[in-house]
Amino acid sequence: MARHTGAETVVFSSPVCITATASTVGTKEGEGPLGKLFDRVLKDNMAGEQTWEAAESVMVKDNFGILFEKSGVHPDFLIAGDLQNQCCGTNYGVRDLNIPTFGVFDACATFGEALALAAVMTDSGAAENVAAGVSSHFCSAERQFRFPLELGNQRPPTSTYTVTGAGAAMLSKNGTGPYITAFTAGKITDYGVNDANNMGAAMAPAAAECISMHLRDTGRNADYYDLIATGDLGCVGRELLLQLLKKDGTDIADNHMDCGIEIFDKAAQDTHAGGSGCACSAAVFAALLYKRLKRGELNRLLLVPTGALMSPTSIQEGESILGTAYAVAIENEVIKWNI
Amino acid sequence: MNSESYDEMVKKASPDSPLLKDCIRAFAVGGLICAIGQMLTNFALNYGFDERSAATFTSVTLIVVASLLTGMGIYSKIGKFAGAGSIVPITGFSNSVTSPAVEFKKEGYVLGLGAKIFVIAGPVILYGVLTSIVVGMVYYFAGR
Amino acid sequence: MEYIRAFAVGGLICVLGQILLDKTKLTSARILVLFVVIGCILGGLGWYDRLIDFAGAGAAVPLPGFGNLLARGVKEDIDTMGAMGILTGGLKAGAAGIAAAIVSAFFMAMVFRPKEK
Repeated sequence: MARHTGAETVVFSSPVCITATASTVGTKEGEGPLGKLFDRVLKDNMAGEQTWEAAESVMVKDNFGILFEKSGVHPDFLIAGDLQNQCCGTNYGVRDLNIPTFGVFDACATFGEALALAAVMTDSGAAENVAAGVSSHFCSAERQFRFPLELGNQRPPTSTYTVTGAGAAMLSKNGTGPYITAFTAGKITDYGVNDANNMGAAMAPAAAECISMHLRDTGRNADYYDLIATGDLGCVGRELLLQLLKKDGTDIADNHMDCGIEIFDKAAQDTHAGGSGCACSAAVFAALLYKRLKRGELNRLLLVPTGALMSPTSIQEGESILGTAYAVAIENEVIKWNI
Repeated sequence: MNSESYDEMVKKASPDSPLLKDCIRAFAVGGLICAIGQMLTNFALNYGFDERSAATFTSVTLIVVASLLTGMGIYSKIGKFAGAGSIVPITGFSNSVTSPAVEFKKEGYVLGLGAKIFVIAGPVILYGVLTSIVVGMVYYFAGR
Repeated sequence: MEYIRAFAVGGLICVLGQILLDKTKLTSARILVLFVVIGCILGGLGWYDRLIDFAGAGAAVPLPGFGNLLARGVKEDIDTMGAMGILTGGLKAGAAGIAAAIVSAFFMAMVFRPKEK
């Protein structure tokens, strides 16, 4: 049964299995270093639709379709979210699926939130199978948060590039791993960052606090994990995360990677600090990390999707950008927690 | 850690924009657009336009060409390269009008295209006209 | 020679904009507003016309030139029609530019759809 441990952590002593994952990405991600690993790469980011928003919804729908096919089950519930206002990308995507859906939002950390809640639901017996999925689209995000696409402006080197894609995972009580063994839900942090072109800086403190808290709550050391994978801190955020944790006496330089840095080739694809968006951590987890766990190349993964919380309104009204993060421990063995 | 000391950390960790490279590109492209403008002006003068009509002809031509390049998706690429070099000339104003028009057409002709066409140009026109009125008042009461 | 002057002065005005962009994190929209306002003030003082005399399109094409146009229009209307000119001059002088921009934008929106960067 799930149990609350320490300050912000929930541990699972019975199996909560991730039975399958699915990933879909856009053209630019398909050309990136991980391009061959995704289940599906769009040929055109409009996906045959008339608007970017509709294109995102098509990705959501098709990606869940891939997930259901790979896992062989139709889930009892969906827990899903995206970056569009009122989670429209998700809602229009799942309207034909006929599955009760919990819409969740935690900006780019949504995948962490969805995994955590799905784990609790499956573990508690509230559902047999629960699918967690998220999406983002560069063009719908640009339109909502920044400027018209054709406006001829430059992006500063600290800016990140929203990943076009969708990622999803099927959680079930039955299966042969990998298992979600614990998660730590982060607090909302405010370090007064107000540069919307430097999301990595806004999210790094949230990631650092969440990882520290996870290690404290579980009594683990950072090197317990084969890999600590943050969602979309980018180059600037990664640097800040390492510095912040070092001040706390934790060094994760050797076993840390950031999904946002991995998904693009920074030099060749001109993506500045890296990728971002809900789909960044989800698609990289689904396409790369999950498979490495399955193959036994990784046995203990701490996935830390990170989110920058703000809206165009809050930014224009002078509010700072908040950060959040979820640390989800995913391991090849079920842990019998006795803490 | 408080936000001031974190701000310091962020500044150190964040790479600066490559100012020299950006400025050289802005100079080259901005200068080129102005030189093309000069060519258009001279062309119009040769055709017997008076100075004022020649200036109007120049602006309008540059605006229409920039609008076309925006629609074709070329201006944003120029802008990525040139930065202020293609923002500051009148062509940048045209780009800032056409880009939301193209982008928001899907939200309808009135509240989409019609309203959002001014999302950047609106403030320019507002503060331009406001300043001109202040200038006019000073000129009227004190300047003449 | 006049091409070199236009190139150099126009390029330098853009460099000023670039420095603001890189150093102050002002968005391009704010740069546009700022430059038009500055041009209008310099025009009101009568200084900008001297730059145009020197650099031609190099000063007229960048946005301060548009601001200057508004200031010049206001002054002329005041000279011909008195106090009412305070209100009419600016928009009248900017009319060609604004009309060209919005009308061509409208037609482009008819023809094209947004592309990815």
